[in-house]
Amino acid sequence: MNIVNILEEIEKVDGEIYERLNPRRAAMKSFFNIGKKISLAAMPLALGSMFQKAYGQTTLPTAVVDVLNFALSLEYLEYHFYNHALLGTDVTFTYPTAAAKTAITTIRDHEKAHVDLLVGALGSSARAPIAYADTDFRAGGTFATVYTDYNTFLAVAQGFEDTGVRAYKGQAGNLLVSPGVLQTALQIHSVEARHASHIRQMRTAAGSTVYKPWVSLGASGQANDSGVPQVDAVYAGEDLTVQANVNIANITGAPNATAAKLAAVESFDEPLDKASVITIANLFLQPGKKLS
Amino acid sequence: MTMKNNEPIRKSELQEESLFEKAVGRRSFLQYAGASAAGIALVAAGCKKDRGYPDMNTGVTLDFKDDFGVLNYAYALEQLEAAFYVKVASAPPASFTAAQKAYFQDIQFHEIAHREFFKAALGTAAIGSLEVNFDSIDFTSASSVLGTAMAFEDLGVSAYNGAGPRIKSATYLLLAGKIVSVEARHAAYVRDLISNGSFADLNSLAPLGANNAGGLDAALTPDKVLATAGKYIKTKINVINL
Repeated sequence: MNIVNILEEIEKVDGEIYERLNPRRAAMKSFFNIGKKISLAAMPLALGSMFQKAYGQTTLPTAVVDVLNFALSLEYLEYHFYNHALLGTDVTFTYPTAAAKTAITTIRDHEKAHVDLLVGALGSSARAPIAYADTDFRAGGTFATVYTDYNTFLAVAQGFEDTGVRAYKGQAGNLLVSPGVLQTALQIHSVEARHASHIRQMRTAAGSTVYKPWVSLGASGQANDSGVPQVDAVYAGEDLTVQANVNIANITGAPNATAAKLAAVESFDEPLDKASVITIANLFLQPGKKLS
Repeated sequence: MTMKNNEPIRKSELQEESLFEKAVGRRSFLQYAGASAAGIALVAAGCKKDRGYPDMNTGVTLDFKDDFGVLNYAYALEQLEAAFYVKVASAPPASFTAAQKAYFQDIQFHEIAHREFFKAALGTAAIGSLEVNFDSIDFTSASSVLGTAMAFEDLGVSAYNGAGPRIKSATYLLLAGKIVSVEARHAAYVRDLISNGSFADLNSLAPLGANNAGGLDAALTPDKVLATAGKYIKTKINVINL
């Protein structure tokens, strides 16, 4: 058994194995040196504990586990929402173009990848899976046509993506204790933002109303620019124009006050606290399956 | 920065070092030179530093020992992006539609807001203004402008994602998070203009650290980001304590 070969094999599928094992490669040398001194019989145990440390399945702090399970719940919801739109037998709208269906497939695949990634990271700490039967994307009738009307489907999709972006942003600070987990969460966060941007463009393409790819103000200057008052909670606080005591509206270079306020709102996305996200998510979960 | 630059310390730099020592006391550092076109130097500093020492040569120094270094790094990239979009918005390619012109103007305002926000937030700790080099961009060509915009936006996303775990303050981390998702929205929009549906083509973003199997966006360390961005920056950027 050659530990160096094992690590090299792992490195082919996980380029960051050395970083996971220890932020400093130099420290690996010391491990190899220890390896020379301990008996071959003891090696597998040493290796096992080293990998456990690297992937952190049993050592994640409780706060981090909570964040990841919270994220996992949202990813399950998003996955089922899109997966059903692609495969559900009660879906009666048709995609206007092949590209539209491909885009929804791309997004569905990313949400599935996020679910799998989070389940893997959490290991035995992962929450119970959410099944499609646990969900209610018609939201008790608020979005009764979500799977029969393409525009309603896209409107709800926008709500999910913009909520997802806000939810991850709101949890980033809780992950400071685990830089590796934080890194992964940030990489999911910006993918959700890319999804949101595209869904907004799909909505614009599907109708006569323009939805900017970025979060702006509504027609009456309200925080919700989605045109769907039922999702006001998704955009609550997105109209902030002051960041860290800096009045952004004064520094955008925009030619007038109206444009400057829009630019100030658009240039910074806002976080959403966990309780607010849960309230939104619970609209789409069956009684008895709601998050707490 | 590609590590073609593991060259021996050159004499001129050793001389600089001695000058440096006179100014701020004993320190030993090693400068990896050779990012010739980029004008960016990665410097590994051996000793604890105080703020306020003179920049090496006439460039700017990003000292990653604390959050100010990360914020200045973001400030540098926002300077680059803002300069690019100011130029595009002032004279867009003739083939741009009215909607494209309007959105590129929006993006211009966003990037100016980011740049000026960092400048204001950093106060006296802010690096100076960078001089850009856009010689390689044909601002009359939509494909050149869109290609550059995509490169800048994707690079920006990778930079914020890669630098996030270096930030120690939850306040600054959140501010970076507020900005990176806007950059990702820009990136997706520009990508869709180039090729509809490529908004989150994570396979194409793999060179920037994305992972399609995990559904993970780009993330790069500052040295790699600056090596790419350096093509567009004339000002020498020194990087220490990375």
